[in-house]
Amino acid sequence: MLETAAGATPLDVERLRRDFPVLDQEVNGRPLVYLDNAATSQKPVQVIEAIEAYYRSDNANVHRGIHELSRRATELYEGARKTVARYLGGVDPEEVIWTRGTTEAINLVAASWGGANLTEGDEILLSVMEHHSNLVPWQLVAERTGAQLRYLELNDDGTLRLDDLDGLLGERTRIVALTQVSNSLGTINPITEIARRVHDAGALLLVDGAQGAAHHGVDLTSLGADFYAFSGHKMCGPTGVGALWGRRELLESMPPWQGGGEMISLVERDHSTYAPIPHKFEAGTPNIAGAVGLAAAVEYLEQIGPAAILAHEQDLTRYAMERLQTLPAIRVFGPEDPSMRAGVVSFVLGDAHPHDISTILDSEGIAIRAGHHCTQLVMKHYGVSATARASFYLYNTRDEVDRLMDGLATVHSIFA
Amino acid sequence: MSELKLNSLYQQLILEHYRSPKNRGKLDDATVSIRMRNPTCGDDITLQLRVDDDEVIQDVRFYGEGCSISQASASIMTTLLKERSLDDAIQIAARFTALMHGDEDAAKDRSLRDLRALQGVSKFPVRIKCALLGFDALQEAVRKTRGEPALEA
Ligand SMILES: Cc1ncc(COP(=O)(O)O)c(C=O)c1O
Repeated sequence: MLETAAGATPLDVERLRRDFPVLDQEVNGRPLVYLDNAATSQKPVQVIEAIEAYYRSDNANVHRGIHELSRRATELYEGARKTVARYLGGVDPEEVIWTRGTTEAINLVAASWGGANLTEGDEILLSVMEHHSNLVPWQLVAERTGAQLRYLELNDDGTLRLDDLDGLLGERTRIVALTQVSNSLGTINPITEIARRVHDAGALLLVDGAQGAAHHGVDLTSLGADFYAFSGHKMCGPTGVGALWGRRELLESMPPWQGGGEMISLVERDHSTYAPIPHKFEAGTPNIAGAVGLAAAVEYLEQIGPAAILAHEQDLTRYAMERLQTLPAIRVFGPEDPSMRAGVVSFVLGDAHPHDISTILDSEGIAIRAGHHCTQLVMKHYGVSATARASFYLYNTRDEVDRLMDGLATVHSIFA
Repeated sequence: MSELKLNSLYQQLILEHYRSPKNRGKLDDATVSIRMRNPTCGDDITLQLRVDDDEVIQDVRFYGEGCSISQASASIMTTLLKERSLDDAIQIAARFTALMHGDEDAAKDRSLRDLRALQGVSKFPVRIKCALLGFDALQEAVRKTRGEPALEA
């Protein structure tokens, strides 16, 4: 079920770091320490060069021209879809729909599937752990259709209250939308077990894979999801591209959600017929260079191995949590057991507001995130308005965790 | 350099106002109450004034939560407002906004009094909106008192 991190070969981080030009710089006079990976990851030269090569030699519109460049662009674009399908566990590429990212993928399902299938009194089950992008699209469709929102609550250790799940899954529950990995707590949710219970209750499961695809790895042939949404930019790919995966029969039964070129087969004066999936959901000229860049990112990650990346993140998380616990007045959120979380550590430190923590760390060249992380319901659960969050990726090191600790010592000296 | 910059930001006076804010609490007989939030960072301030018929601020309180800069700035601001006219309040807000945007003259303006301790914020562009949050509330409070339309919903 969960990809086990134990036993993976350690990463050669010093070598990997050389692939990321942005890491090689000073910020405020100190070598940059980039610990804001849950917001977006940095890009290796392999990705930057793939995008550049595409624009330098192959750029054309896809599926439209008879000429050579259009053929090449189409081949790269559709080839990228196959690469992504392979990364997702070897799913059918026609079930992979390009989007701008996780947010657009979830909006697509909420608008298209939700609009066609939800009626007054139906229920949508979400969790308090969700990113706003897995909440607001459902609020919008609930408003339109009269469906009701239900919530799975949090335990104080940052896990979902799964004991409540069966009780919340009722006759009217049509869809459950949950994140694979929490972006503010780091919690890895047991999706396969949840999927079984959701399906027993006759509902569908959408999984927000924004963090999962990047930090955990995924096999959609066994995960149990009916829909899976993710973003390229969190997994070494460019911004502005991501994908929705959905089970073929669901996608085929859903109405298009945007109209335009590319998604039609025949257009008449007052109606049209639509292209088969995936193109039915891809109106307009797509982000071709983005797809090419994302495919390069996927190849990069495959070469390193998602299990090894997760093991590395968990090692850094364990180390960071141990060191953080030595600080007076620290409060670390999320599961205590590092093997139950991805490389995300949220904390508050005494009276120092997370923004002040972030400003002070930035003055030492350390980038973290401060705020609610688009998870205001999580903040509310813990009674805080914001947290400081350090999040790790394949190129981070224990030395960088030490730099974080030095920075927090400065915070302590100012605010203690 | 960055340490110097940091020291200029976190002046003792600012930390004192953050730890022990002045005029913090609620005003029972407020004539106007404005809540301002910064959605990206969660800073949240409610400013309450009691303004008499001659447009003089008789009393002021604020509450809310946020970073040291937003809370200290609001606290220091309230210390300057009692017995001042709404015109004065607008003037102070304008001078302080100029200070935040690096105006040299504003930095020497004695009428800003303790607010000048916040001058270092101007070197941290992402934090300027924290320092201005209380003043945004003040300007909104003046508009509301005068029956002018709000700038932001
Ligand atoms: C768990 C989770 N869901 C959804 C999103 C939204 O992703 P995007 O902004 O790339 O659409 C993010 C990232 O911000 C996230 O961490």
